[in-house]
Amino acid sequence: MIGIKRDNHRRKPAVVRDRPEERDFVREVESVPGGETIRSCIQCGTCSASCLFASSMDYTPRMMILLTKANRRKEVLSSNTMWICASCYLCTVRCPAGVEITSFMHALESLAARDGDGKDRSAALKLYSAFMDSIRKNGRVHELGVMLDFYRRGNLLSAIKALPVGLALFARGRIPLKPIRIRAAKELAAIIESAESETGGAR
Amino acid sequence: MKTEKIRKYSYFPGCAMDGTAAAYKMSVHEVAKVLDVELIELEDWNCCGSTASASVNGVASHSIVARNLALASEKEWDLVTPCSSCYTVLKNVQANVQRYPDLKVRVEEVLRNGRAPYTFKPFLNIRHLLEVVMQDVGLEAIKAKVTRSLNGLKVAPYHGCQIVRPWFTFDDPEFPESLDRMVKALGGEAVEFPMRAACCGASLMLSAPDVGLDAVRRIIDCAEKAQAECIVTACPLCQTNLDAYQGRINRRLGTKYNIPIFFFTQLLGFALGIDPKALGIEKGIVPQETVLLKRWPLGDEALVRHLSVRS
Repeated sequence: MIGIKRDNHRRKPAVVRDRPEERDFVREVESVPGGETIRSCIQCGTCSASCLFASSMDYTPRMMILLTKANRRKEVLSSNTMWICASCYLCTVRCPAGVEITSFMHALESLAARDGDGKDRSAALKLYSAFMDSIRKNGRVHELGVMLDFYRRGNLLSAIKALPVGLALFARGRIPLKPIRIRAAKELAAIIESAESETGGAR
Repeated sequence: MKTEKIRKYSYFPGCAMDGTAAAYKMSVHEVAKVLDVELIELEDWNCCGSTASASVNGVASHSIVARNLALASEKEWDLVTPCSSCYTVLKNVQANVQRYPDLKVRVEEVLRNGRAPYTFKPFLNIRHLLEVVMQDVGLEAIKAKVTRSLNGLKVAPYHGCQIVRPWFTFDDPEFPESLDRMVKALGGEAVEFPMRAACCGASLMLSAPDVGLDAVRRIIDCAEKAQAECIVTACPLCQTNLDAYQGRINRRLGTKYNIPIFFFTQLLGFALGIDPKALGIEKGIVPQETVLLKRWPLGDEALVRHLSVRS
């Protein structure tokens, strides 16, 4: 009934051999804050049933937990699921087993970002990186800067589609051209750099 | 004249207030004055990183938020933010550094590598502005100050997601009613609105527009079916998504959505008798003036003259 096209490129789950380097994936996920909560998952599917965006995901949240526990690193990290998650936390507050699904999704995003699994397919990662660069530069997010940077990272078509909205916002004085830079911008950049060098770009 | 007690808070506005949510900034400022709330902006605060930074790097994202928590720890007041995303991120980070001792050690180390040493309180009371208005100021005090009743204006109370989740704080995580109660106290009517705590799609609007647009469509459609004349929200990103993308949805689907989206501080300020211009009423992409004019055709001459300018 809706004319809006879903980017619903659900893929068939592939059968992947249990390679030795994949065996510790679940431990890796559990070492990220929040990731350890998947241990108590009972596979009831409340999370998937609650998710507003499950139909746009390669795998549902429940399936992601199952695949992680089965150490299917590649399928998990190259899926779009965690990038579609909008962090609305409905699954988290509903989970009867206390699994923090949203934090689990964030953990997967950070691992995919670090290992490069998500880089090719995820517009969300490009957006998040543009967002972080804006913070690094100014200490605050400059919305116009983030949008331009995001579209420059290879989303020309979406830029054209987004233009009318951008212009309308601009006309109402809601898109300032100049960024606001905090006095401690350099100090903040040093904080970020220190955190990244310590962790090799991820947690 | 009775001088009322002024309540003081540390204030974390969030980045959107200086951009897409300019009207929120204006109206918060005005409303705070009338309600005797003093919002003392954290000096040289930095971006909370929102969901984006939490997703890309854990230690870095916790560290930049911890800097803000440390700045707020120097003051004795509660920390208040009008942005639902900042609210959740600040609360998450505060909880995580207590919950994961290793993370805390690393965050403190990283902060020391910045120029100044920062320390933060183990517990800082982090609150949403809506919570402060509802709990500290209270609807009774607000009612006493209403000079321009909302006259039965039909409002869809859209709370959004992160204001009530994942933290069980001042309202129900699935069926919040703060905005309903506020609208009623101001003389308006809160319509039945099942999408009250649904997600607006947040940054999916940029990263996966089809998914984001559909999320917005569902919310707008629900408000239309409930015959709401406008939607009220308490989050900068919700307001922008619902307000700015109705045109794009209409072009795509041939619908005729045209429903103005107010910040709760705009409706509140309007009812408190504040000049609509000072509340940023002209900053809506879907004009907010039209719906107000419909309800106040007579009486307030200056208001009508002012509101007519654009509509």
